[in-house]
Amino acid sequence: MGCVEALKYEVLLRNCSFREYRDYIRKNYREFYDVMPGYRIFDLALIGVPPIPIGVDGDSVIFPYTKPCHGTFVLKVEGKDEVLRLRSQKK
Amino acid sequence: MSEKEDEGLIVLGCPEAPVQVSLAIHLAHGLRKAGKTPVITGNPSARALVAMADPEGRYVGEMIDLDRCIEAMAAKERDFAASFVLVHVESGVSFAGTISAISGGKVIVVVFGKDAESLSALIDFPCEKVTVRTAHKAGPLKAAIAEVTGWGA
Repeated sequence: MGCVEALKYEVLLRNCSFREYRDYIRKNYREFYDVMPGYRIFDLALIGVPPIPIGVDGDSVIFPYTKPCHGTFVLKVEGKDEVLRLRSQKK
Repeated sequence: MSEKEDEGLIVLGCPEAPVQVSLAIHLAHGLRKAGKTPVITGNPSARALVAMADPEGRYVGEMIDLDRCIEAMAAKERDFAASFVLVHVESGVSFAGTISAISGGKVIVVVFGKDAESLSALIDFPCEKVTVRTAHKAGPLKAAIAEVTGWGA
């Protein structure tokens, strides 16, 4: 099990709804990949209403992170391996 | 995959809603009467409140960490015949959508609280819904759950 606090992340959005982050990621990142809930990224299982978009910006990935009491945050984390994994799984 | 027909999952939301503990115990009781062992998942605070209400585990069975539960279900290592997801804030809809996507069992989303209708309107994924706009009235909640489960109010 991963821990988000172990990552060096930038918070792009906070306390957003799943519809808000979907729109945000799709509108702001030309390269994005839709994944299903439970998709593992940095050893974290993604929470959300499918489909969950993950954006790519250079070597970084942009993804939602949801906790029961704190809502959903959109995080940007550098991760070349995660970018490659997303690209290799797509289409 | 370990899908136990004799286990039912109860997914707790943010523990700030007072009715959530009563709901969890009520659902656990109903699952037991239906012959299923209730397994509870949620964040540590939410689980601690349920444990405080049921110190000897008369109603609740196993309690598991929320992240580990989602990971095990997503990895198809574990599943449940029925999962109840308690929702009273928007993040709960995301957890419900996740359980709906990763479970092969029946998913019942119980939406409650003052924003129940607007939260319920966000749910467009496969599940059964129980929507009750109350944060503290047991009667309507029990009746609405009984309608879906057939457990009797």
